Amino acid sequence: MSTLPLDMQVLNAIAALFLLLAFAMLSQRRVVTLVKLLALQAALLCAATVLLAWRTGETHLYVSALLTLLLKVLFLPWLLNRLIRQLGVYWDSEPLLQIPGTMLVGLLLVIFSFGLAQPIVALASTATRSGIGIAIAVVLLSFLTMITRRKAMSQVVGFLSMENGLFFGAMSATYGMPMIVELGVALDVLVAMLVLGVFFFQIRERFDSLDLHHLESLREDQ
Amino acid sequence: MSGFSWLIQVIEVLVALLAAPLFAGWIAQCRAVLQNRTPPSIWLPYRNIRKLLAKEAVLAEHASPLFRIAPYIVFGTMICAAAIVPSLSTNLPFSNAADAIALVGLLATARVFMALAAMDVGTAFGTLGARREMMVGFLAEPALLIVIFVASLISQSTALPTIADRLATEAFALYPSLAFTAVAFALVLLAENARLPVDNPATHLELTMIHEAMLLEYSARHLALMEWSAALKLFNYACIGMALFVPWGAATTEMPTAPALILAIPVLALKLLVSGAVLAVAETAFAKLRVFRVPELLATAFLLAVLGLLVHLLLQG
Amino acid sequence: MSIELALLLTIPVLGAAFLATVSARRWAPEANVAFSGATFLAACALTSRVIGEGSFTALGEQFFIDPFNVFLVTLTALVSFTTSLFSRPYMRIESQHGRVKPQHLRLYHSMYQLFIAAMLIALTSNNLGLVWVAMEAATLSTVLLVTLYRTPASLEAGWKYFILCSVGIAQALFGTILLYFAAERVLGGSGMTALLWTNLNEVKGQLEPAVLTLAFVFLLVGYGTKVGLAPLHNWLPDAHAEGPTPISAVLSGLLLNVAIYAVVRCKVLVEGSLQSALPSRMLMAFGLLSVVLAALFLWRQKDVKRLFAYSSIEHMGIITFAFGMGGPVANFAALLHMTVHSLTKSAIFYSVGHAAQKTGTQVIDDIRGLVTVSPTVGWGLMMGSLAILGMPPFGVFASEFLILTTAMRQEPWSTPILLLALGIAFAAVFRRVQPMVFGETTARRLPHSPALLPVFAHLAIVLLLGIYIPPYLADWYRSAANLIAGF
Repeated sequence: MSTLPLDMQVLNAIAALFLLLAFAMLSQRRVVTLVKLLALQAALLCAATVLLAWRTGETHLYVSALLTLLLKVLFLPWLLNRLIRQLGVYWDSEPLLQIPGTMLVGLLLVIFSFGLAQPIVALASTATRSGIGIAIAVVLLSFLTMITRRKAMSQVVGFLSMENGLFFGAMSATYGMPMIVELGVALDVLVAMLVLGVFFFQIRERFDSLDLHHLESLREDQ
Repeated sequence: MSGFSWLIQVIEVLVALLAAPLFAGWIAQCRAVLQNRTPPSIWLPYRNIRKLLAKEAVLAEHASPLFRIAPYIVFGTMICAAAIVPSLSTNLPFSNAADAIALVGLLATARVFMALAAMDVGTAFGTLGARREMMVGFLAEPALLIVIFVASLISQSTALPTIADRLATEAFALYPSLAFTAVAFALVLLAENARLPVDNPATHLELTMIHEAMLLEYSARHLALMEWSAALKLFNYACIGMALFVPWGAATTEMPTAPALILAIPVLALKLLVSGAVLAVAETAFAKLRVFRVPELLATAFLLAVLGLLVHLLLQG
Repeated sequence: MSIELALLLTIPVLGAAFLATVSARRWAPEANVAFSGATFLAACALTSRVIGEGSFTALGEQFFIDPFNVFLVTLTALVSFTTSLFSRPYMRIESQHGRVKPQHLRLYHSMYQLFIAAMLIALTSNNLGLVWVAMEAATLSTVLLVTLYRTPASLEAGWKYFILCSVGIAQALFGTILLYFAAERVLGGSGMTALLWTNLNEVKGQLEPAVLTLAFVFLLVGYGTKVGLAPLHNWLPDAHAEGPTPISAVLSGLLLNVAIYAVVRCKVLVEGSLQSALPSRMLMAFGLLSVVLAALFLWRQKDVKRLFAYSSIEHMGIITFAFGMGGPVANFAALLHMTVHSLTKSAIFYSVGHAAQKTGTQVIDDIRGLVTVSPTVGWGLMMGSLAILGMPPFGVFASEFLILTTAMRQEPWSTPILLLALGIAFAAVFRRVQPMVFGETTARRLPHSPALLPVFAHLAIVLLLGIYIPPYLADWYRSAANLIAGF
């Protein structure tokens, strides 16, 4: 057994918790809890970025961590919670696949993504390269979360979790993206959420519900 | 393999035998206190066993020899299991004969015989309980095995005392995989020992029984042995959990001296006290799950165990 | 920093800001036209500069103009200008019919300009990360436009568009991250230079093949979703059919082009690194699949805009297939096809838009005899359909002919599939369009005269390109094709 330095151990622990949160989101039915888990996931991402910044001395990571904190830990969950309150969507309906089945598929996805990450991990030179596999796993699990949901709000949370996973991957593989790209991506996410807020009101206005069941009527030969 | 280690082995088995009902009594007391009831005496399980042993056994007319032998087999396997689970010391000669996987096999043997005996008499409750027990076991065993695999991967051995020994003497390190498997193990413990939220050990409502349903037909010494076995099973599980996740305090092979052994006894007692209290809190905090939700709980346990394995393989941690 | 480039990028942004704040509704469409016209002029100036001086970078190498993207820039500016001309009377008629509220028009006009800006930034940016940001911005600016009419179908279309394109583009982000990862090992860790396409192009031989393969898969899936490649095309028919017609025109005509541009840029890098045929094969596979699926789906369409949306998928598949084949001739044909498809498809959508307004419906069976009440709309639709189906002497025939002959030479097995699919598409579209144009009519007169200059201007250009490609244009295409082929 090798013993890594303490900050690497903490980073590994954060990575493991990150993965666990993705699974927790997969099985969660209450939308409010989903948003809390999302905020927690972003907080873990922020903590990992700060640790990495302290370890490697790359100052742009501090800025990135601050950006994550402001946008994904504070603002976006607040916005989503406000939308939930205004639209009254507190629960998700039954997921499309039963929870044990979803969990098993999730496990297979994790194994698949670890395999996918092997060549990249072999080539990477960062200290956190083992997190790449976890990042890919989180992205695929968020994708699964989006697919197995019926309520629009849960799908959005899955999408944001996917973004978190992508950022974690960027952090593990290359110590973050260039600053301008990170700013651009953050701006895009912000605008996407604002557009979504407007969108939800439009949907709700028309259908009196945010159940995606209503949004399935267009067919191929319409 | 000196005579001293054989002495330790015998002492451990005796301690397990004697302390198991005490452990069960302690948990019952904690539950009562948490539920605002007057707690029963901590010696109540002993008094139960003594009372049952004094009675005359009554058997159903068409009970086969299996029905009569089953309590002894179950009791025997539990004692064998207690022999290989390190509670006081990690220097156990019996562990050379059986490693952790064999331990799971022993527990499975006990479960199979209990289920067979319950179905033997042909009552509805017995079959009901047997079927549910097998379902729980079917789902919990893989999770337990994977928990053991993770610990084995970390300590490079499958013998439980060796695992405990290595985990206790290595420098402290954060193992996220062990954290995941600890939660999985806790869930498996609740399921296998018929604790809430899987099964209520104090109930006899047919809709909710699993373990109790299998014991309905037993009386006198058979019932005494079965109850003692159940207490031993819980004690063994608690000791397995402590060996895997909090192994410090047991006398390790580096220092199998009498003083270390004497020191290990209060440490064990403290660990059991705390784990009993935690178990009681967990039981009180959760409502009983509907039977068809139990697979979900166990799937979660399996999932967490596999996650721990994958995380270990990926992060080496 | 080149003045033309600065003008090109800032005019639409200023236009968006202006149209968002100014609430005078009467002349907003005219202002829209003015801004688009100015953008077009800037694009022409930029083009002449590139033709004269060759490729150049700007603003600390963050922007890069070469023959490949400058022609796309001009095409984008042209089609957005003519679409704004078309949108002027069209949206007026729509608001008079009550399909759109006047206050939504402010959003419409400002988002239109923002969309143009985002596309132009995506086309001219040298930084691959910035390309990603601009693509996502282009999607976001049009989501609310697709749902402009607030009907259930448009809300569903907008939702699918948003979710599917956002998920797709997240895959593209991952691909970009992987590219950055590979680039960083070769180019060093400076954030600003490692993602520049020009730098990556220079060192593409040294980039790790394993990482680039994975990156290309993600990039193709991601940007391919925005191109509308099967099986990721689900959002396209809905989004193109349920939004206002000018938006259908620019989505079909322009956004798909920008997406395929991004794919081709990445393909050039990956091919240089891998030295294998994998990227080509993937592009060909997706392209063929799109063509075949679209041709089959074309048979079942009952809504005229969905019909032509599937036609867009088909043509994007052909373009992808051609880029997959590679080589100077196929690339030339693909670039030509991009041009003529944009022009023709937008012309078709203009006619379809007015046809739908005249008859009040988008269902094919309810639109009949357009040529009797409005010869210009009817003939515009007929000619446009013939053009898009590849009838000579229109330009689409020329490019499809080139692609087919190259396919016969390089990938003979694909030729029967392509021919069959093109034939099926021809039959499917023609049998729908013919009764729409001729026969008994149910259409009514419109309060404003329809905008038909754009339709015939586009069709004229396409006809011209079919018969005779001016030498400077041919040179332009040729140098772009060579650039893509890596010479």
